[in-house]
Amino acid sequence: MEKQVILNSKHFELTINRLCYQLIETHNDFSNTVLIGLQPRGVNVLERIKTQLESILGTEVVCGKLDITFYRDDFRRRDVPIIPSTTNIDFVIENKKVVLMDDVLFTGRTIRSGLDALLAYGRPEKVELLSLIDRRFKRDLPIQADYVGKTVDTLISERVSVEWKEIEGEDKVILFTPETNG
Amino acid sequence: MDSLSVDHLTGIKHLTENDIQLIFKTADSFKEVINRSIKKVPSLRDITIANLFFENSTRTRLSFELAEKRLSADVVNFSAASSSVKKGETLIDTVNNILSMKVDMVVMRHPNPGAAKFLSERVDASVINAGDGTHEHPTQALLDAFSIREKLGEVNGKKVVIVGDILHSRVALSNIYCLQKLGAEVMVCGPTTLIPKYIHELGVKVEYNLKKALEWCDVANMLRIQLERQDIKYFPSLREYSMQYGLTKKILDQLPKKIVVMHPGPINRGVEITSDVADSDQAIILDQVENGVAVRMAVIYLLASKIKRQ
Repeated sequence: MEKQVILNSKHFELTINRLCYQLIETHNDFSNTVLIGLQPRGVNVLERIKTQLESILGTEVVCGKLDITFYRDDFRRRDVPIIPSTTNIDFVIENKKVVLMDDVLFTGRTIRSGLDALLAYGRPEKVELLSLIDRRFKRDLPIQADYVGKTVDTLISERVSVEWKEIEGEDKVILFTPETNG
Repeated sequence: MDSLSVDHLTGIKHLTENDIQLIFKTADSFKEVINRSIKKVPSLRDITIANLFFENSTRTRLSFELAEKRLSADVVNFSAASSSVKKGETLIDTVNNILSMKVDMVVMRHPNPGAAKFLSERVDASVINAGDGTHEHPTQALLDAFSIREKLGEVNGKKVVIVGDILHSRVALSNIYCLQKLGAEVMVCGPTTLIPKYIHELGVKVEYNLKKALEWCDVANMLRIQLERQDIKYFPSLREYSMQYGLTKKILDQLPKKIVVMHPGPINRGVEITSDVADSDQAIILDQVENGVAVRMAVIYLLASKIKRQ
């Protein structure tokens, strides 16, 4: 299994930084904007962006975590049920600008579930999407990200994995082909 | 394994500790869902559930129906009083007729012990036991243990006494299985006539003195006297039962520590528990009811995920 690094730790940091400045261009001081990370891996993106944004702005940014398990469209199409993570949205999203965050945008189905789950909390003024990696050419639904860390062209058989300093020991994004059995 | 080891929930006896922990973990998420402003998720959009109640119930039936509706399942209700059962139809015929209308899951309460297991072996649908006679009431035991876990942090190592009509109680048997699987110590307490003769073989302690039992425990689960199931007199009068086994504020205040008081409902105020105890801050009776919906959502969700699509 050959692993190809498509974002090393230096570029990773630059990318996060750029995304933060792009967010500030649109949302100024974030007084009417909230950031929501999709469980599980979108929360890592959220935490990193939040830390970086707050150090640039010097003010606190309102953040939440959203679990989309019960809104997925593949219930009963899997062998084992997905065990939900926690949702933590202790603020009102009504009339707020919401930036959803995830690590990899691929088919768009997770984001569709995320939009559904988000509406259970109210009617936001606007919803935007930030994705660290955008795998083009395999979108099942008409969904595009507003902020993209890096766009990659991949084969369907390939996998993209985002690794984090806090969890895997190093910030990087790798592309690989999983070995098939037999 | 992140999946239940069973296809039906006929009793706690057939569950593993992992199953119970998986149900609790899932119920945690559903508890968050039912406290939102929009208390509904679309998971079970394509599932139809029949609630078959061959015996009276208010709480359990409402709780199941709410759980099903909050998962977006389609629900049909059936009660024996207004059905063809009275016209002589057998249980299997009744259920198979309902299943021909493309029902995926059956929630059943029945007066005969073993009815749920009997049905699960003979029909092509997931079966959830909502109480079978004096045998088991698994979802009640799950929500009781879930409530203890919520209140005390964990069930493992806790001492729980079940007080009252153990002989006729399906709640008692399911609770004993469930609490023991989670590592709690269980004691039963009541008049000798209402304690089954061989109950100690289940590994529970037996105590006939309420005060001693309460001094031992962390949690007291007070059961109702099931007069409707008692074919003979098991004690002289309700008043006498109440004097011996009724939980009053006075007894509660004399205990060395603050215990948690539970009751599966319906409460007979002034018999097994006085009003001031039922309404005190030590009682978690209404939390049990709230948790009932979350736990039933978890059970239905996990069993439904095992129904394969055609």
